[in-house]
Amino acid sequence: MKRLAFPPPVEVQVPRGALTERVAGAGLALIAKLISGFSVRWFDCVPDTCQRVYFANHTSHLDAIVIWAALPSEVRHLSRPVAAKDYWEAGAVRRYLANKVFNALLIDRKRIKVHQSPVDLMLREIGHTHSLIVFPEGSRNPGPEVGPFKSGLYYLCKKRPDLECIPVYLDNMNRILPRGEVLPVPLLSSITFGPPIWLERDEPKAEFLHRARQAILRLREI
Amino acid sequence: MMDLKTLSLVGGVLVLLGAAAAVVHVLKRRTDSGIDPAIVETFRLRLRAWALLFAVLAATFVIGSAATVVLFWAISFWALREFITLTPTRPGDHRALFWVFFLCTPLQFFLVGMRWYGLYSILIPVYAFLLIPARIAIAGDAKRFLERTAKIQCGLLICVYCLSYAPALMTLRLPGRPAEASTAAEIGDGVMLGAQAPGRVSRSAAAAAADPGQNARLLFFFVFIVQLSDAFQYAWSHLPVRHVIAPAISPTRTWEGVLGGAATAALVGGALWWATPFPVWMAALMSLVIAVMGFAGSMTMSAIKRDRGVRDYGTLVAGHGGVLDRIDSICFAAPVFFHCTRFYLNMAESINPLA
Repeated sequence: MKRLAFPPPVEVQVPRGALTERVAGAGLALIAKLISGFSVRWFDCVPDTCQRVYFANHTSHLDAIVIWAALPSEVRHLSRPVAAKDYWEAGAVRRYLANKVFNALLIDRKRIKVHQSPVDLMLREIGHTHSLIVFPEGSRNPGPEVGPFKSGLYYLCKKRPDLECIPVYLDNMNRILPRGEVLPVPLLSSITFGPPIWLERDEPKAEFLHRARQAILRLREI
Repeated sequence: MMDLKTLSLVGGVLVLLGAAAAVVHVLKRRTDSGIDPAIVETFRLRLRAWALLFAVLAATFVIGSAATVVLFWAISFWALREFITLTPTRPGDHRALFWVFFLCTPLQFFLVGMRWYGLYSILIPVYAFLLIPARIAIAGDAKRFLERTAKIQCGLLICVYCLSYAPALMTLRLPGRPAEASTAAEIGDGVMLGAQAPGRVSRSAAAAAADPGQNARLLFFFVFIVQLSDAFQYAWSHLPVRHVIAPAISPTRTWEGVLGGAATAALVGGALWWATPFPVWMAALMSLVIAVMGFAGSMTMSAIKRDRGVRDYGTLVAGHGGVLDRIDSICFAAPVFFHCTRFYLNMAESINPLA
């Protein structure tokens, strides 16, 4: 496997935001930890501030927040969850949290135009500093199964093959806040970060997406 | 603050733990001791859990009995979390589980805190027992209904109801407890005992000056005897004569271990009679009961774990301590010890009302 050559990463100082937002961020991470009782495992992978795409199975509204909260704080403020605009723009609290605290990248699921494709938007927004947290299944699964992946991850990597794709497996989140519920039940869960994968040169779309899905399923067995 | 008796009990236990930690530290360094390093490591982790438990317990005594109730609420909450995480539930159970965690559990400890014996002794066995199946039925999922209901009820009874009897020891009306507490004591007990016997309040008030830490000592005594009998059951099960009780449930538990552990607990408990409201023989008998119930609790929780195919509740989700592994024996012993003590005190009082 030969990796393509890329310009060396540029050291950029990212402003950490106002104090209130940082305090709110730490508070939100703590609340997420208390509610979902997650334990974090890094398997053949270590936290890093390099540009990454964390891709995970999706079963709950908590998913984006808990992955964000599970990252060490110096990585966390560089990582932006990709989330649905219709959910996170509803209500002042959600809007504040999404825009100011965990700095989400909100995607309009209803109006996707050719000129404004979500992948282009994501690439523009992350620049050469931020990482992304994505859920390639597209929407939340009602059960613990991992559904087929949509092609966004592939196009993301095709345009930026230097991004490290980190598989993340979320266990038990669907029981803590399942689809269609508002109030959480505080069970215990776990978050497993796996070894990175990259899009290989000339790798077909279906093959890459299958490989990515298998990378998550493998973490289930560990 | 603590009086001399409480201080010697708590201090004695902490010194004992410190000494044990030192021994383990030496054993861990020496590879030629001939003891299995896995056993040393298990013991080291257990010691750490005990040290934490007793230190926190001692700290709450200083703060007051409300802090003890809150502490046990937190332990209960975490244990129930582990229990339900391990137990398969369906999406239809979600709302019922929400009420279990955020209504039943805090309410039980709140009632214990306000000493309402008449209600906290039936809240979960009656009201929560009825609430859970009704809420699941309303959610409309009939699949394995009885099984799901029973699992949630069982978790709530063991992790919350039974455990809440441990802080309830702080609310028992012991001979010589503080006066402010006995006037408010046991509202729901059928009769207002304080009103029934006005003389008692002044007697208690007089005795209270002599012994304010009696309830805290009783709870500490109880937790100590449970953990001690656990440890000695483990130790005695390494005797050369081994009759394993149920190899499919726990391959290490032997009848020799149980008998040895219970006998040791009775001896130690008897020797600690000065810290309790009991005479020597009664303290020994109570310790025996605690040891037997603790054994029953460990066996029961082992059976549940075996059924679910896990070794510890702690390994279920990596990185978590496994609170339920540490408190399974407390859960079973607490209600029985509470009621035995309560019965004994009532008997003693009716035989000799001036005692």
